[in-house]
Amino acid sequence: MEVFGLYNYWIVIVLMMTGFYVVISRGNLIKKIVGLNIFQTSMFILYISMGKVRGGTAPIIVEGLACPEGAVCYSNPLPHVLILTAIVVGVATTALGLALIVRIKEAYGTVEEDEIQSQEVET
Amino acid sequence: MIAAHLPALQIVLPLAAAPLCLLLRRGTLAWALALAASWAALVCAALLLRQVLISGPISYELGSWAAPWGIEYRVDAVNGFVLLIVAAVGAVILPYARTSVAHELPEEQHATFYTAFLLCLTGLLGVTITGDAFNLFVFLEISSLSSYVLIALGRDRRALTAAFQYLVMGTIGATFIVIGVGLLYMATGTLNMMDLAERLPPLAGNRTVLVAFAFLTVGTGLKLALFPLHFWLPNAYAYAPSVVTGFLAATATKVSVYVLLRFFFTVFGVGYSFEVLSVGKLLIPLAAIAILVCSTVAIFQNDVKRMLAYSSIAQIGYMIMGIGFATTTGLTAGILHLFNHAMMKGGLFLALGCVFLRVGSVRLEALHGLGKRMPLTMFSFVLGGLSLVGVPLTVGFISKWYLVQAALERDDWILAVVVLVGSLLALVYVWRVVEAAYFKPAPEGAAKVEEAPLSMLIPTWVLIGASIYFGIDTSLTVGVARQAAAQLIGGAS
Repeated sequence: MEVFGLYNYWIVIVLMMTGFYVVISRGNLIKKIVGLNIFQTSMFILYISMGKVRGGTAPIIVEGLACPEGAVCYSNPLPHVLILTAIVVGVATTALGLALIVRIKEAYGTVEEDEIQSQEVET
Repeated sequence: MIAAHLPALQIVLPLAAAPLCLLLRRGTLAWALALAASWAALVCAALLLRQVLISGPISYELGSWAAPWGIEYRVDAVNGFVLLIVAAVGAVILPYARTSVAHELPEEQHATFYTAFLLCLTGLLGVTITGDAFNLFVFLEISSLSSYVLIALGRDRRALTAAFQYLVMGTIGATFIVIGVGLLYMATGTLNMMDLAERLPPLAGNRTVLVAFAFLTVGTGLKLALFPLHFWLPNAYAYAPSVVTGFLAATATKVSVYVLLRFFFTVFGVGYSFEVLSVGKLLIPLAAIAILVCSTVAIFQNDVKRMLAYSSIAQIGYMIMGIGFATTTGLTAGILHLFNHAMMKGGLFLALGCVFLRVGSVRLEALHGLGKRMPLTMFSFVLGGLSLVGVPLTVGFISKWYLVQAALERDDWILAVVVLVGSLLALVYVWRVVEAAYFKPAPEGAAKVEEAPLSMLIPTWVLIGASIYFGIDTSLTVGVARQAAAQLIGGAS
């Protein structure tokens, strides 16, 4: 049962491969960005999973919450904070990617990769 | 007082100047501020390197939070040298940028251009100076996001698709790096590079560490355009504005090579990377293929900017080969070529920018007869080209000399031959440009072409001059590179 106990890591791998596949296989630029987002999300879940301590609560000091001897009662906040930074980076990347797509649409009149390429071959 | 905070100032000055540039709105003012910030960064980098060479590595605790919890900036001979390269190229290119940007970009985009340029400079300096693995990713994304913007500013509409392609590839690379860093954190519970270096050796057989190593290698490989991962580079360099191509070619890939060095030698340690995993057996063949294939592809390009972009991938091959040897001589060659290639390729792209300013194209047929019409520009291109080939008395010769020496130390004749064949191929593509510029007559009825303005010629000649000067007087560059190599091989200390 060990294998299924780590189910969140399985989700990470599935999401990562899905996102990666979408980026590589889709010719539509918007779909590529969506794939990139799924790919990045898998990395967020990886970080969030590694900070979680089973039975641990949010790392806020509460009076009256006594930890049993030798036990950990707080989750590790550091990976969660790190991933906030990574989420901001992800949002910025998505925004920039979409902005580029708008400009590409203005310049070529399409957001399909193969149509853009065929236009380039003609000129 | 100020001297103690130099490592922070190195980053804060260009970072703070970037939004101010945007607020100033006027192109000229923004340019002046960017120029001041980049020169200040150069002064910081020079002082830092001097301090490191005299009194050993500097550790700076950002906000006085003690490492390994706080973010540590750490400067030693390796990244002190890379900091100087990046800051120097930035400081030389900005005076050039004014005329070139005024010519290539519409007036309202000038302030934005300098903002993005400074952010890119900040990011590259930050990646180099930081001693924290996650902080490295953040700076890497600052430099990457701003370089996507800079590339997309190119006038050709293909600049947009090139920037988009680079965005997708770059984001995948950066995400791989974060996954690698995350896995390292899972295995060790720390993000500080020095701390990682101490905690990783007992974990040599750990699979999480192995997977982290793989993710970091591939992610960095994407960023530095290691041979099969280089597809974003030619288009990005070919269609970006001239200034941007010059700046990125001279700095961005170099910084990624430094990241690779840092992870292989400091974080994982030379024993783990090269003896347990023997990553050299992977890097050296890829480097050799990069040198041969990309130099050959460069010969068949008719767009000179694109030709030089392919040549860049081949030149990165030389650096990676030196790193792959994992000997002091090999590393010296790799680090030396980092500096040398920055000077010559930066100079060459700036010379092309001068051509673009006057002729409006950098295709081979547009260069016909330019040897007489723009003598200074074309002569600087020839000197830079000779350096690419590796003719004695140029920097290209020095780094290839050390690289061949490193190959012969291992009795590896084949690789020594690969380096020499790479030089011959470089001679062929450089000759194509020389032939077009000096031996083909100018087309009938061509418009009269003036020499480029001094504001652009001087920066070009500074870089080209450096690539000749450091080819003759090698004491500074070889000395620093050798010290850096010894430090990396010797481990974390």
